[in-house]
Amino acid sequence: MAQGIEAEGLVKRYRETIALAGVDLSVPAGTVWALLGPNGAGKTTAVRILSTLLRPDRGWARVGGFDVRRQPERVRELIGLTGQFAAVDDAMTGYENLLLVARLSELSRRQARQRATDLLERFGLTEAAGRLVRTYSGGMRRRLDVATSLVGRPTVLFLDEPTAGLDPRSRNDVWDLVRGLVAEGATVLLTTQYLEEADQLSHGICLIDHGRVVETGTPEQLKAKVGGQTVMVRPADRRHVGEVEAIVAEVLATAPVVNGGGGEISGALATGDSAGAVLAALANRLEVAGIEVAEMGVQLASLDEVFLALTGQSAPAEVTK
Amino acid sequence: MNPTRALGHGLTLAWRNLVKFRHTPDQLLDIVLMPITFVLMFVFLFGNAVSGDWRSYLQFVIPGIAVQALMFATIGSALALNTDLRNGIFDRFRSLPIARSAPLVGHILGDSIKYVLSITIVFAFGTTLGFRSHGTLPAVLAAAGLMLAFAFAMCWIAMLIGIVARAAETVQALSLILIFPLTFGSNVFVPTGKLPGWLQAWVKINPVTQLSDAVRALLLDLPPGSAVLWSLLWTVGIVAVFGPLAVSIYHHRA
Repeated sequence: MAQGIEAEGLVKRYRETIALAGVDLSVPAGTVWALLGPNGAGKTTAVRILSTLLRPDRGWARVGGFDVRRQPERVRELIGLTGQFAAVDDAMTGYENLLLVARLSELSRRQARQRATDLLERFGLTEAAGRLVRTYSGGMRRRLDVATSLVGRPTVLFLDEPTAGLDPRSRNDVWDLVRGLVAEGATVLLTTQYLEEADQLSHGICLIDHGRVVETGTPEQLKAKVGGQTVMVRPADRRHVGEVEAIVAEVLATAPVVNGGGGEISGALATGDSAGAVLAALANRLEVAGIEVAEMGVQLASLDEVFLALTGQSAPAEVTK
Repeated sequence: MNPTRALGHGLTLAWRNLVKFRHTPDQLLDIVLMPITFVLMFVFLFGNAVSGDWRSYLQFVIPGIAVQALMFATIGSALALNTDLRNGIFDRFRSLPIARSAPLVGHILGDSIKYVLSITIVFAFGTTLGFRSHGTLPAVLAAAGLMLAFAFAMCWIAMLIGIVARAAETVQALSLILIFPLTFGSNVFVPTGKLPGWLQAWVKINPVTQLSDAVRALLLDLPPGSAVLWSLLWTVGIVAVFGPLAVSIYHHRA
């Protein structure tokens, strides 16, 4: 199948800052890929280049087979873009925002009205259709923004941090929406700071940091590398750390890490391991050994851990906020 | 991009401005009040001093005040564009397959209602105070056409200011720096002959002088001289230089 999005060696500098230091990307048509990385990693710059808003200093990119630099008009006919800041007009109603973009997409008056009405319906905005956007909640604005980027029936969709600043429910709405689009055959490239989001939605993840692709693969591949889930045990008495370490190693069949400061032992679960079964086994063994536990649990690898595992350095502070 | 499609995109974006006036009519307040303030202020402040009698000054000053009101109205267009650029909507327009010039043409055409409103109010209010046009209907229409054409031309400069300014305050400052020498350094308020010699040199070539003279000639049925031709040349010249410049800078602003 034809490549949805392809890029090679993208470089972009802003004066002294290097935003992209040679990014390669390959997103097959009909799939969702996530650009995962902390603030300032270059995710937005990459999206702006791929959506023709910014010219790369070096490298090339093709979207739907068209070169973003040489055939930007053709690329614009294919794409939809939802930026980090909702690109809707506050001083117009939701309906008018959609109508505007529909008319700019050269739909006839009748078709444009129909398209606007359909999209409002689909995004649960019918009741708010006649209200000025400045009265919308954050989640409604984001939905309208995504709806607006779908007016021209794009085959390639860029979503730059589509869930930033949304409450969990609105976030789930956006996730459902992305899944629906992909089910209809769209190619989606989204950026996110959250591993969970990338994991939930995408076929492939491109881990990006300091303008470089650190790792590329399916969520499973990445998880296998960093341990999708980790189990953590903190014995009540520090003297038991060695014993606990041995037990965890045995249960997980892999060497755990001891966090020296807190006396915590944590280890990655192998793919396919049941978190419940591992916890039960651990609890059982600790009970038999007579070791009191202060804290124990299973958690999904955080972006911080992914970074630690793949780059050998901590993710920048903003991410852990 | 063929011109018909490009114009279509521009008209659609002009519709956006009209929709917004309808939702928020108070943004037209300055357009309504400014001309009235100008007329009252200049007629009664300078009227007797310049012409010896404010009634005869009224005939002289109203056409010029209409031109001045247009100049000030372009600040609103510059601000509107500047606001778009600092919002996500700018990215939306640039990622759509529309003509490069469309977002700018949209603001200019969409604001035309403000320009029409602006000059209508100046002449309407002037008329209630006693201003009388002696021009024929074609002459009146020609005067209106000249003024609107020049306003559109000045809009391209306003667009450029809206694009390069990083903040709304900068838009205001740059606009005023442009507008003050054009409007006050003209014969809008004081006939050229009463100005110091060094200033006359500028006043004579100033497009605002040429346009004001052209409008006076057409409305008061005076010999037009070369003023009509000069104001047309200025209009075409400004569009030819600042139109492509504004579009190009707009497009390359990252």
